[in-house]
Amino acid sequence: MSRMASTFQRLAQQGRKALIPFFTVGDPQLELSLPVMQALVAEGADILELGIPFSDPMADGPTIQRASERALKNGVTLTDVLAVVTEFRRENQTTPVVLMGYANPIERLGLDTFATQCQAAGVDGVLVVDYPPFEARRLKEALGRYGIDMIFLLSPTSTEQRIREISELATGYLYYVSLRGVTGAGGVDLEEVKAQVQRIKTHTQIPVGVGFGIRDGHMARRMAAMADAVVVGSRLVEEIESSPSPEDVPQRVGSLIRQFRQTMDGVQ
Amino acid sequence: MKSYNMPDQDGYFGSYGGAFVSETLVAAIDELKRQYAHFRDDPEFKAELAHELRHYVGRPSPVYHAKRLSDHLGGAQIYLKREDLNHTGAHKVNNTIGQAMLARRMGKARVIAETGAGQHGVATATVAARYGMECVVYMGSEDVRRQAQNVYRMKLLGAKVVPVESGSKTLKDALNEAMRDWVTHIDDTFYIIGTVAGPHPYPEMVRDFNAVVGRECLTQMPELVGRQPDVVLACVGGGSNAMGIFYNYIPHQQVQLIGVEAGGDGLASGRHAASLSAGTPGVLHGNRTYLLQDAHGQIIETHSISAGLDYPGVGPEHAWLKDSGRASYVAITDDEALHAFHTLCRLEGILPALESSHAVAQAMKMAPSMGQDKILLVNLSGRGDKDMATVAERSGLLL
Repeated sequence: MSRMASTFQRLAQQGRKALIPFFTVGDPQLELSLPVMQALVAEGADILELGIPFSDPMADGPTIQRASERALKNGVTLTDVLAVVTEFRRENQTTPVVLMGYANPIERLGLDTFATQCQAAGVDGVLVVDYPPFEARRLKEALGRYGIDMIFLLSPTSTEQRIREISELATGYLYYVSLRGVTGAGGVDLEEVKAQVQRIKTHTQIPVGVGFGIRDGHMARRMAAMADAVVVGSRLVEEIESSPSPEDVPQRVGSLIRQFRQTMDGVQ
Repeated sequence: MKSYNMPDQDGYFGSYGGAFVSETLVAAIDELKRQYAHFRDDPEFKAELAHELRHYVGRPSPVYHAKRLSDHLGGAQIYLKREDLNHTGAHKVNNTIGQAMLARRMGKARVIAETGAGQHGVATATVAARYGMECVVYMGSEDVRRQAQNVYRMKLLGAKVVPVESGSKTLKDALNEAMRDWVTHIDDTFYIIGTVAGPHPYPEMVRDFNAVVGRECLTQMPELVGRQPDVVLACVGGGSNAMGIFYNYIPHQQVQLIGVEAGGDGLASGRHAASLSAGTPGVLHGNRTYLLQDAHGQIIETHSISAGLDYPGVGPEHAWLKDSGRASYVAITDDEALHAFHTLCRLEGILPALESSHAVAQAMKMAPSMGQDKILLVNLSGRGDKDMATVAERSGLLL
């Protein structure tokens, strides 16, 4: 069984939901990305989503755009992102790692090269924001050869037919975008999330995660009641951004994710 | 090439084009595809569009023989397709009218747009006022500074202009921000893209609305000179005015098509915006096309004296026309474009947009070595009033 599947199986047995933090590799410094990953896992993260920096992150709000800009200023490349995963895997063979980014840096490296390097580094899933399933088919095939999951998005605007089609293609988990907007936006309609996640679940057995606009543990807890996983991105990047000094970052994001974990699990 | 029928049903021109958008936008572009496919052949829609182009835009725009310029160069005859004479002063309005009419039929009360030089923003603000729609225009803060006059014009027309501070603060960042707005207001907003780029069906739709330019030339040239031109030239940023004049000439194999990109300080300097001449294929803003990017797939900051050409990508149909050899693409530097700008002012009393000046400059380069019986047709895509401050600044003056 894949790391991803066994993680969700273990959580299901424990009656818990997955907590998935996101941050952009190389923000605020490349050397801190490994300690950040380790701190997140130590404080309760079940799966890690690592952002691949891109110059034109169309689907992201200002917070994650700034994270990308800081990482690019540090000269961080897709190759660096893969190297961080390789480092992480030396000590951790159980926590799934998902790379999240945009098509162009991946196409530039080459889809087959990228897939091979993901396998070598120990990547478990890949989410390409501007690859809807039709455009993703070549990458999905390349990743599939190594058993790496292609993670697809579903949204409030996805039709029933589209939910069915994407559910059939999806492996790993489905990522439900909780709002009409970019990462870090507000205005999540909990009733709509609930209804749409329920619709998705009539079409698929694989876990459904919810992300975008999840600001605190209480909101995460509400989302966790409806879905199998909760993604926390912009809020975590804000914590990185507001750190007084870079050295504090691993500890600060760790304690933020601990709060999310405790509230989500109902520990007061 | 006789049966040119691009793009295919998935929006591909060969390996270029496609629809690279996040899931939230998929429903919106699917809906747009359906609606456009319906209305493009709807007699009532076509009649209204023709009426608007004639009575509101002032079409057909004339073709003008630039005789003094031709005599001055001593070679081929240069003809100008006068898109600068359209209402709002550029070809952009051909497209914004079409898209706004579509938006109305789709029940969208709010339109958004990105703009570089401000011409597309002005054209969008204009039709929004004409049809009573709310209008928001995203513009890089660097371009807001360069094109202050157009910013004020948009405000007069009732549009809200939002300066974009991210990235290089130019056209590409304005496009990113407009996409973010669209995904946030997907239910009530129509995104009027200003060029032949973006996810399918935009490259096809924007081309079709601008194709009136070349369609008119096909009848105007035989009336004027008894035949079609030897060469058709147009500047290329995203490439909408060029596709507009090229499209109907694609099956006319004897007519050479030349797209003119912004060479900035020269291709060797690295400071330019010539994605077809110096770029490599990649994915940006919803389509696969030639891009100016680094070895790691990050988009490079571009440079051009003309804000409307200052874009690191290009419409996917141009990428296809380049690879297939049907069109060729060259670059003109800032200095060459400025020289053409001044020459056209002095010899013909026509003040061209800096964008269009690139196409004029290429014609001026080619004409002297060609026979006097040869004909060059240049798409004079816009007027240069908006560029006076930029030109004055380059001449060491402050207006």
